Amino acid sequence: MDWRQLWEICSAPDNVPIVGLIPLLAFYIYLAWKQAHANDVLIEQLEGDAALAKTHHRKTWPFKAGWQKEVHVWPFLLRIEFLAAIIVTIILMVWSITLNAPLEEPANPNLTMNPAKAPWYFLGLQEMLVYFDPWIAGVVMPTMIIIGLMVIPYVDTNPLGSGYYTWKQRKFSIGTFLFGFIILWIAMIIIGTFIRGPGWQWFWPGQTWDHNRLIYEVNRDLPDIFGITSNIAKAVFGAIVVGGYYLLGGFVVYSLFRRYMGKDFKRMSLLQFGITQFLLLTMVALPLKMGLRLLWHIKYVWITPWFNI
Amino acid sequence: MKVDIPAKAKEQIEGLKDPTKTQVYTSIFRHKHDDTPRNRALGVLSNVFLHLHPAKINRDAVRYSYTWGMGGITFFLFIILTYTGVLLMFYYHPSKVQAFRDVLYLEHDVPFGKILRNMHRWAAHLMVIGVWLHMFRVFLTGSYKKPREFNWNIGVLLLVFTLLLSFTGYLLPDDQLGFWAVTVGTNMARATPLLGHEGPFGSMLGMTPYNDVRFGLLGGSIVDANALLRSYIWHCIGIPIVASILMIVHFWRVRKDGGISGPAPVMLAAEADKPRRGPKAAGE
Repeated sequence: MDWRQLWEICSAPDNVPIVGLIPLLAFYIYLAWKQAHANDVLIEQLEGDAALAKTHHRKTWPFKAGWQKEVHVWPFLLRIEFLAAIIVTIILMVWSITLNAPLEEPANPNLTMNPAKAPWYFLGLQEMLVYFDPWIAGVVMPTMIIIGLMVIPYVDTNPLGSGYYTWKQRKFSIGTFLFGFIILWIAMIIIGTFIRGPGWQWFWPGQTWDHNRLIYEVNRDLPDIFGITSNIAKAVFGAIVVGGYYLLGGFVVYSLFRRYMGKDFKRMSLLQFGITQFLLLTMVALPLKMGLRLLWHIKYVWITPWFNI
Repeated sequence: MKVDIPAKAKEQIEGLKDPTKTQVYTSIFRHKHDDTPRNRALGVLSNVFLHLHPAKINRDAVRYSYTWGMGGITFFLFIILTYTGVLLMFYYHPSKVQAFRDVLYLEHDVPFGKILRNMHRWAAHLMVIGVWLHMFRVFLTGSYKKPREFNWNIGVLLLVFTLLLSFTGYLLPDDQLGFWAVTVGTNMARATPLLGHEGPFGSMLGMTPYNDVRFGLLGGSIVDANALLRSYIWHCIGIPIVASILMIVHFWRVRKDGGISGPAPVMLAAEADKPRRGPKAAGE
């Protein structure tokens, strides 16, 4: 265990934000879960008691008749905003006094940094480069993430859970978001920050970065495993595999929706459902491809003269 | 006409004892400040910076556990970044000869230069974290749902511009860290489908390293003086203007869409497909 190496990675000035983000995320997930749980208990209680549901104020916080429903912004909100501004300023001041912004040697195109890492918030994308060609990892995937985020309000037809924390009323959407945000985005950043070393090789936390390490692994393409050699056959085979994934996956998503989320499925238009299906499968394709690569050393699934996937 | 000058002077000096009655004061502050509900509302409504708020909000909407305050903190960090950024611009020349030296100069000679640069750097990182957590909260509370769909989209664009602001700033010190991060980042643009010379179908459309999308981003085929200048202009002028406009829309829409989304009264599954009845949502 090389504690010094671990400390060097964790204390690198530009890595400090991600080190700080992890406990921060844990705290906020806890805070959200606590409120979601309380609301779910309340919802269950109200659903079992129609009379109470009619009179209850529908929040977990206390409310009594005669209490004011609204408060003045001045001072009740403004004092919080003022306090928040002061606290943020203090944190920023202390941080800026204790930790210096990084400054390396002057830019030198003839001396490549190893590893050359993007800023921490882009390391998820850089990590994706291991599993996909740059046109997917660097261009198509980011575009799909942005488009995917933007269509969320238009494909989520569930009217429940608007304006309060809940888990039971929105299991699918919250589960999907947690998967995409925490498992894919944040975990990939953590891999990129703490695990990738020189040559973008896998070094476990605490393992010494060996700049001379070579890894003798041969990556194969999926068609090779099946003994396909001609270019046309490879292209056709890949098209079938990728197309088959979306078709079969689409069918699985469809049956799961019909079975477990009948109400939501009924509310969705075919276009809404199709978009959800496609984006969901594309998101799931990322960990699948990662698995293929890490477990079976498979580089490409679909090989054509113009692009490889 | 005879004027009693001493009496007039005395009267005017007496008047100064209550400056809130002077013409100067009343021209600036349009209402009194004794603690009445009316004055509390006017304090917000008659102030251009505060009137983004409603005069009154739901009693639960001030709970930190609901909003986490991340949207406001992000905006506050943007203000800090603008402020420190303008000060940094006084000491920085976006040219290959000067840029790195300017940063050294800031670090070692400019009074408070080091803490200025540090604050700018760390506020930028905090802003990225703030945006992510804000989005996370908005998602978990379902606040993107009707009628706030459009504002969620503005928010996604603001996320993109926050990341781009951070990324364009990365190159400006002109050191190895920024240079290679931007090299790695823009190399991906080579591979843009159709528009990059190494991307699928790019070469078929006549893309070369000298006319593709990466060339447009860098103002050249390598990360050099033009890339530094472009980065600088995007960072200091282009993106801040676009982001500011989007922020105006974002904040305006928060109000127009009925204030912050909650904490709203919980809805039961049985009520889901019926028009909403019962307790009103917060801010409605």
